[in-house]
Amino acid sequence: MARMNMIQAINNAMDVCLENDPKVVIFGQDVGYFGGVFRATDRLQGRHGLTRVFDAPISEGGIVATAVGMGAYGLRPVVEIQFADYIYPGTDQLISEAARLRYRTAGEWWSPITVRAPYGGGIYGGQTHSQSPEGIFTHVAGLKTVIPSNPHDAKGLLIAAIEDDDPVLFFEPKRLYNGPFDGHHDRPVTAWAKHPAGEVPEGHYTVPLGKAAIVRPGSAVTVLVYGTMVHVALAAAEETGIDAEVIDLRTLVPLDLDAIVASVEKTGCCVIVHEATLTCGFGAELAALVQNHCFYFLEAPVERVAGWDTPYPHAFEWDYFPGPARVGEALRRAVER
Amino acid sequence: MTAPMTAPALGHNSGALSLHIPVPSVRPGTQPDFSALAIPKAGAWPRPPMDVAAADIRDFAFGLIRVLDDDGEAKGEWRPELDAATLRRGLRAMMLTRAYDERMVRMQRQGKTSFYMKSTGEEAVAVAAGMALDRGDMCFPTYRQQGLFMARDWPLRDLMNQVYSNSGDRLKGRQMPVFYSSREAGFFSISGNLGTQYSQAVGWAMASAACGDTRIAAAWIGDGATAEGDFHYALTFASVYRAPAVLNIVNNQWAISSFSGIAGGEATTFAARGLAYGLPSLRVDGNDFLAVYAATQWAAKRARANLGATVIELVTYRAEGHSTSDDPSRYRAADEAAAWPLGDPVERLAQHLIVIGEWDEARHAALREELTEHVREEGKASEALGTLGQGPQLDRASMFDDVYKVMPAHLQRQRSQMLEGE
Repeated sequence: MARMNMIQAINNAMDVCLENDPKVVIFGQDVGYFGGVFRATDRLQGRHGLTRVFDAPISEGGIVATAVGMGAYGLRPVVEIQFADYIYPGTDQLISEAARLRYRTAGEWWSPITVRAPYGGGIYGGQTHSQSPEGIFTHVAGLKTVIPSNPHDAKGLLIAAIEDDDPVLFFEPKRLYNGPFDGHHDRPVTAWAKHPAGEVPEGHYTVPLGKAAIVRPGSAVTVLVYGTMVHVALAAAEETGIDAEVIDLRTLVPLDLDAIVASVEKTGCCVIVHEATLTCGFGAELAALVQNHCFYFLEAPVERVAGWDTPYPHAFEWDYFPGPARVGEALRRAVER
Repeated sequence: MTAPMTAPALGHNSGALSLHIPVPSVRPGTQPDFSALAIPKAGAWPRPPMDVAAADIRDFAFGLIRVLDDDGEAKGEWRPELDAATLRRGLRAMMLTRAYDERMVRMQRQGKTSFYMKSTGEEAVAVAAGMALDRGDMCFPTYRQQGLFMARDWPLRDLMNQVYSNSGDRLKGRQMPVFYSSREAGFFSISGNLGTQYSQAVGWAMASAACGDTRIAAAWIGDGATAEGDFHYALTFASVYRAPAVLNIVNNQWAISSFSGIAGGEATTFAARGLAYGLPSLRVDGNDFLAVYAATQWAAKRARANLGATVIELVTYRAEGHSTSDDPSRYRAADEAAAWPLGDPVERLAQHLIVIGEWDEARHAALREELTEHVREEGKASEALGTLGQGPQLDRASMFDDVYKVMPAHLQRQRSQMLEGE
């Protein structure tokens, strides 16, 4: 057992996979010699060699395309998009090619690629370093979307994603790279070293894709969250005193619907929280599912707390970022009826 | 009130700007005009050593490698020295491609399938390259290189099954007609998104190189699709990593209704694009079987020697429409195909074989009949397995398979929902 922050956990996951499987290859902008702008691939090139971990041109489209081609050859590429905000040039190869290769060839070819990208706000990154684009990809049949909220899950989920033979988008909440964050930006930062989920087993293990985790059992309201919002939701529960059952979805597609339904049938109400913009965000899918599968158990409308439908602003970071106060209000609206 | 403007200083425009919109020189109702196409003599261009530096052969991107002259004689250093049996195999494969195309278009018109795309006039581009490459090399084609299958002796009925989406379709009815895939034939899955295969081919080649393999990749893209980002990604990555790939640009003059000028063909050649990436770039008569074979062979050897990628522009002509949904008489001169100065690939190879005493008109006619009959037999075999909407059909429940390796719960639910609704 070791203590790792999320970046170290992610780094360790890739190190383990590079060691275990000679077909794993890692590339992206600045990930080679330098070890990545967030140090996610730190020292990996030195340990595994130039042709296993290397730098790529500034070409997200080319990076994803090359990964698809390498995957077709039989390698297992793990590519980094420097910020999720820059994933769009790679979207055609992700949606038109990687997502469909297995389907359109009836399994003759497939795309065992993992695309990692730091996502989300809370860092004064403005609209080009703070976006949460997961809702675009959850809409695409054939892609899987995974979002960890802590180092332990990050390592296990990333290994699972890399070993998965389907194309997986692995969005990493960059605000949580170095420590948990519950939205109280004016308080001192805390480190993962002091957090239970900062305990990360050494060596190989996986956290299964498609399975949610109940991070706080409760009876008053179901909170569906992922990424940084998991910590915000936990803070909101504590600060309001509301007995929320906080479910960290971990994998958006394929979704653990059974866990969601079991919880809402128990609590009778549901609050969904994500940083991504409200309209057509993944929360809209969750709300539709909850409404459809749990209608006769619901005692209040399904609430969504999300990023406002604006591009992510710079100066108004803390008005935009869904913090514990906003989440707390939604919890109250759900339970005080 | 503002002060009056002073007279324009030196360097300022004295007139208004104007936007250039490329238009082809010929439209329906006018006479075809290929006078702008410079055609050197066959054999005029030398054959550089396979390991020549790209910088030393830049002018090749503006030339035209030709082996067969207008009398069917093979000329110059690019002669590939193929024996007659190989040439006859090439002729057969090209004629088979043409016969297959003819039948499938008729079948589409008869309503047996929804769509078809012919490769008429471009058979040498696929067949000669397919024969010059090794059987293990991976091809990343467009939807117009079906000749690769004929070059690799792939059973026609398998292709037809896909076109009909019938019960024998290996792709289980998932793809529209001609979007073939065959790992065994070394033919990567066709996508409708133009150009995506080009950059994927480079990735495949990079992987092969990283693994110390000996197989190379070959890719094809149309003149029009060179405007796509994937073309640029492919050349960038091919250059950066010296990927062992043969990067073909099939300049057949038209991208649906858009002449090559819309993709930048007015300013320079398509081969010249490779120069910007430091890649050796050849320009070849795409209707000359021997030249296409020789250029592919050169590029393949070069790739296998770890000297990286080569760009090859095949200058050819799309003799028919873009697809069964297209009517080219609406945007180009009706007899433009017949006026193409570089002739027809099938006729020219046949002529060459006759000239060297290895073929004759009687054998040619007999072969054409034999291939037509073969295509008909394959057609009957395929149609027995169904055509689009008629005869034996695929199980619609299979629509939910292969979205993921293991079917997730939500697809299981949706499949039940569809099946229960009957």
